[in-house]
Amino acid sequence: MQKLKLVMVGNGMAGVRTLEELIKLAPDMYDITVFGAEPHPNYNRIMLSPVLAGEQSFEDIILNDLDWYRDNGVTLHTGRRVVNIDRRRRLVTADDGTEAGYDRLLLATGSNPFMPPIPGNDLAGVIGYRDIADTRMMVGTARTRSHAVVIGGGLLGLEAANGLNMRGMNVTVVHIGKGLLDRQLDLTAAQLLQSSLEQRGIRFLLPQFTSELIDDGKGRVAAVRFKDGSEIRADLVVMAAGVRPRTELAQSAGLACERGILVSDTMQTYDPKIYAIGECANHRGIAYGLVAPLFEQARVCANHLAMLGYGRYQGSVTATKLKVTGIDLFSTGDFGASENCEAITLSDQLTGSYRKLVIQDDILIGACLFGDTADATWYLELIKERRNIRKIRDALMFGKTVCHNIISDTNSQATPSEVGIAA
Amino acid sequence: MRRTTASTCCYCGVGCGVLIEHDADTIHGVTGDPAHPANYGRLCSKGSTLHKTGDPAARALYPELRLGKGMARSRTDWDTAMQHAARVFGQTITDFGPDSVAFYISGQLLTEDYYAFNKLARAVVGTNNIDSNSRLCMSSAVVGYKQSLGADSPPCSYEDIEQSDCLLIIGSNMAYAHPVLFRRLEQAKSLDPAKRIIVVDPRRTATCELADVHLGIQPGTDVALLHGILNLLIQQDWIDETFIQTHTGGFDALQSLVGEYTPEHVAGICGIDPEALRQVAQMIGTAPSFLSLWCMGMNQSSAGSAKNSALINLHLATGKIGKPGSGPFSLTGQPNAMGGRETGSLSNLLPGHRDATNAKDRAEVADYWGIEALPDSPGLSAIELFEAVRRGKIKALWIACTNPAQSMPDQTLIREALALCPFVVVQEAFATTETCQFADLLLPASSWGEKNGTVTNSERRVSRVRSAIPAPGEARADWAIACDFAQRLEKQLKPDQPSVFGFHQPQTLFDEFRGLTAKRDLDYSGLSYQLLDALGPQQWPFLPGAERGTARLYADKLFPTIDGRARFIADTYKTVKEQQSTDYPLILNTGRLRDQWHGMSRTGTAAQLFGHVDQAQISLNPADIDRLELHDGQLVRVTSRRGKLVLPVVADEQLQAGQAYIPMHWGDRFLRGGGVNVLTQPAFDPMSGQPELKQAAIRIEPVSLPWDVFILVEGDIQARFSALRDLFEDLAYASFSLAGREEPALLIRAANEQPRNTEWLAEVDLLLGLDQVPVLAYDDPHLAVSKRIKIEGSRIRAVRLCGETKARDWLINLWRNGESTENLQRWLLAPLSAPPGATAASVEKIICNCVNVSHSRIQAAINSGMNLDSLKAELGCGTECGSCLPEIRRLLPAPNAPASTI
Repeated sequence: MQKLKLVMVGNGMAGVRTLEELIKLAPDMYDITVFGAEPHPNYNRIMLSPVLAGEQSFEDIILNDLDWYRDNGVTLHTGRRVVNIDRRRRLVTADDGTEAGYDRLLLATGSNPFMPPIPGNDLAGVIGYRDIADTRMMVGTARTRSHAVVIGGGLLGLEAANGLNMRGMNVTVVHIGKGLLDRQLDLTAAQLLQSSLEQRGIRFLLPQFTSELIDDGKGRVAAVRFKDGSEIRADLVVMAAGVRPRTELAQSAGLACERGILVSDTMQTYDPKIYAIGECANHRGIAYGLVAPLFEQARVCANHLAMLGYGRYQGSVTATKLKVTGIDLFSTGDFGASENCEAITLSDQLTGSYRKLVIQDDILIGACLFGDTADATWYLELIKERRNIRKIRDALMFGKTVCHNIISDTNSQATPSEVGIAA
Repeated sequence: MRRTTASTCCYCGVGCGVLIEHDADTIHGVTGDPAHPANYGRLCSKGSTLHKTGDPAARALYPELRLGKGMARSRTDWDTAMQHAARVFGQTITDFGPDSVAFYISGQLLTEDYYAFNKLARAVVGTNNIDSNSRLCMSSAVVGYKQSLGADSPPCSYEDIEQSDCLLIIGSNMAYAHPVLFRRLEQAKSLDPAKRIIVVDPRRTATCELADVHLGIQPGTDVALLHGILNLLIQQDWIDETFIQTHTGGFDALQSLVGEYTPEHVAGICGIDPEALRQVAQMIGTAPSFLSLWCMGMNQSSAGSAKNSALINLHLATGKIGKPGSGPFSLTGQPNAMGGRETGSLSNLLPGHRDATNAKDRAEVADYWGIEALPDSPGLSAIELFEAVRRGKIKALWIACTNPAQSMPDQTLIREALALCPFVVVQEAFATTETCQFADLLLPASSWGEKNGTVTNSERRVSRVRSAIPAPGEARADWAIACDFAQRLEKQLKPDQPSVFGFHQPQTLFDEFRGLTAKRDLDYSGLSYQLLDALGPQQWPFLPGAERGTARLYADKLFPTIDGRARFIADTYKTVKEQQSTDYPLILNTGRLRDQWHGMSRTGTAAQLFGHVDQAQISLNPADIDRLELHDGQLVRVTSRRGKLVLPVVADEQLQAGQAYIPMHWGDRFLRGGGVNVLTQPAFDPMSGQPELKQAAIRIEPVSLPWDVFILVEGDIQARFSALRDLFEDLAYASFSLAGREEPALLIRAANEQPRNTEWLAEVDLLLGLDQVPVLAYDDPHLAVSKRIKIEGSRIRAVRLCGETKARDWLINLWRNGESTENLQRWLLAPLSAPPGATAASVEKIICNCVNVSHSRIQAAINSGMNLDSLKAELGCGTECGSCLPEIRRLLPAPNAPASTI
């Protein structure tokens, strides 16, 4: 029987995970062809920060080496960017003219760093932080130059700042919010994080607004100027002000896009033969940027590609971890403590650890842990499964084991599942 | 330079000699004086820790005066203070007469202090309104002795305890209240196991551990029991007919009365087995010698005098008095209750065992003092006195060395009286007592270790009290304050007459006073400071020219009555004033803890003394706890006809069903709501005026106070105690205590129906020093849960838990053992009743306070097979003061048949 042809555009973590899942479910269903713009097999993008920091090498973070593609009969075109989709002919064309016909097409094109529209954002020495090439460029710059400015105090920006700092650069992080990671942390945790990074030598300017990047006269960045008129020296500027889904290709093919390629719960686009997954996809209004939901999407997508079709993706509760060695930070759900929410906090000002749990109607809806993230997965579980925590509320902060003891000690009437403990 | 000064312990009436080790201004240690015949070197857990008490921060250091009730007192100088006091008293006396003022003094004063106050009241003011806290303590024994024997003279010596063949300990938890005598008894019993010991007490106290028989009578049924015993003694012909015929009167009337007290009848009243009654009668009747020892269980009763008389009847009927090992021996609760009685420090007495109601006695004293007459209007006894204050009849009140706002029954009325009284002077060593809050004028007094004078102990032995260090601040000796005031008052009231207060030393007071004992039953006119220094402590009578005192009275069978005969007193048994009823179904008993003394103004400053019992609780029999559907440790509301108190309930198998127990020590400072005596009743014995502090009908109900608080804080304890105590006044339950040994801490357990607001928490945190340092913090504002722990050097320094306090007991243990918090830091604020991996543990109870050995260590050692000797050798417990020995014995498996509780 002739196999169906599956073409995947993009060779990143979400896409390759889909292939892995698919091969497990239906090893002989497809002839698979993969186009990757980067000249590498699939590597762990999340682990770029340890590479930047010099804690791991690129080889360490390769997830699927070339042997994997070969062993699984996957045709891999690296360094080739797909520039056209002919949906009528079911054919994709790459920038070098390579063509591949498909029965099913999987778009896994990922995202681009957002480059704020300020004068000088195209100078040499100004980069986003997306891939191994950016990483290598930063490592190279750190060898010869001393002053780095990271614009954006989000996860990526802080990881870049930490890496550059460990590479010996003078690093300043510029952030427009009052606290770092303001989407992930409350102000208390943000301040703990900031002081812990400050102890490592990173400087912070916040809230601060960048107005311009200054040319050194030779087309390279020399300084960053702010709205208040002040300036700081910059040999390297890393833009870490967020990402934008890569949708140009899908848009040109006539697929519906709006801050991502619009997909259904089976990860299909308007064209049912075309799937989209990962950072490029917009599912129910959300384009996820973290790895855990992408892997959940991959599982559903593979299930559908395998013609099983019983999997549905219904969205994810996301959780954040900062990959800075020695800083344990975890955040998930809603912890803004809006009006109907009740926040519980625990802080150890001696060790600098901090926890905040947010509860609404006896259900845990948010968690923010700094310094001690031991119970992170359990909290995530409680949030995802929306378990009632009323009876263990006092003990919730102290983790699963303590709650378990409390239940077995004092509350024989409540079964563990009723009170948020997995039996 | 270190020196040693011999003095006398300031706690109970045993009057142990102590050797104070000190330098110029600090007392460093206390040991028992081997030469003192009361203790021969022994000390109890309280005496041996005297040097750890009296935190200077708790002391009154300067005179303080306020000119209006709503104002705070401010510091003043002695001259202004005394001038003001003299002016107010003088004006009041001039305007309203001498009986419009009163003095309420103390069994803890020295004989010289007492004498000065007595002379001040009767000779200068001209009133008999001078009463002592001995009214709450010994006045029933005074009546008993005087009615039966003719004078208030305990006839026995401590050596009788060793010499007696049969001892009846009734209404006395001697193991706690008079530990050194109990040590002597233990030793004697171990040398002579045939010595019979009978303990009569509604509770199975630690004293019962030495008993051959324990009669757990119903509260207040002593008279029926004693009459029942006498009835059996008569029936069995175990009485001394000759002695009765020759040396007593009134036997016939008594015999016909006690005939009604058949064993079955008595057993029914007392709730005991008639066989046990027979057994006890036989022990007493057939023993060659018979000694009885008693204390508050007999005295603090509306039938206290009758109880005392009924007990003395047994001695008179058997002729077991005035002989070695025999006699009725009242144990006094205060160090100088006897001195108070000698100097006439009850309103109805006069110096030298005289009566204020007796014209001849009054004339003798007036003559001796060189004044025209002594007042003949009767003085008020304590209960009546405070009632007169409350009704506005007493307009100026002088309180010295005692704490009526803690110790008097029916505290609500007492506090009302103190608050209403236009002028209250409190002369006190400790500024922290409950009564000081009511003082318009606070006069700082010197205290133990700083004072000079004499005290008389239970066996009539006069001992010297000597100062080792100067008093702190501007504190002055009690006698000196009284004399200063007297001289100023003399100038106002009797400007034309010569002063009768030319005293400049305690010795001059002593010398004048002893003259008043001449030719009286207590004659110690032959005694002097020089003789006491030369011969050591002496028992009165000590006649001029004597070389030693008198060990035993009535050896000649001559009693100080008109006809020389002792009197049988035939009082019928009367029930306690408050019976159990449906509304008040339980009977509350009060008594002592082993390591606290009275109102805790001194012992309450030494954290080590809280190791044995660390909080105010009400004990109940476990069956009652079950019946009331309560659990151990639960907060309850205790209600009597007079007041309410909130505190935790604790199971105690030593209590009988239907009875409850709260230690007498916990006053309003330690237990919010006025302390134990808001519950107790002011009904008193008509003869002695002594209130029935021992029995009150109560009910117990669970109370729902969901918002609980726990605080532990090291350092600056007294200042923090006072400041926090004020903040906790609004909570329904608040219990304060201390913990630890070398680095003490303040503990607070509290609860309320509603949470306190964040401003209150901020005030608390400020006082605890939690506001500006790194802490562990947990907050769940929606549930009003807020918790803080301060850690320094991996050790807990302060804990503040609000809204959830499950971890409090193991946190106390962790802190007390000085353990590192490093591995537990994650869980310190968790709602865990035990640290992770351990089973729930209550606060470690320290059984042996000298060597610091806990209940759990002793129990573990016993479980591993150790006996008392190996416990002593391995753990060291019980090897120092021995106060813990009864409790260790209780933990040990009984070697022989245990004492029968009947």
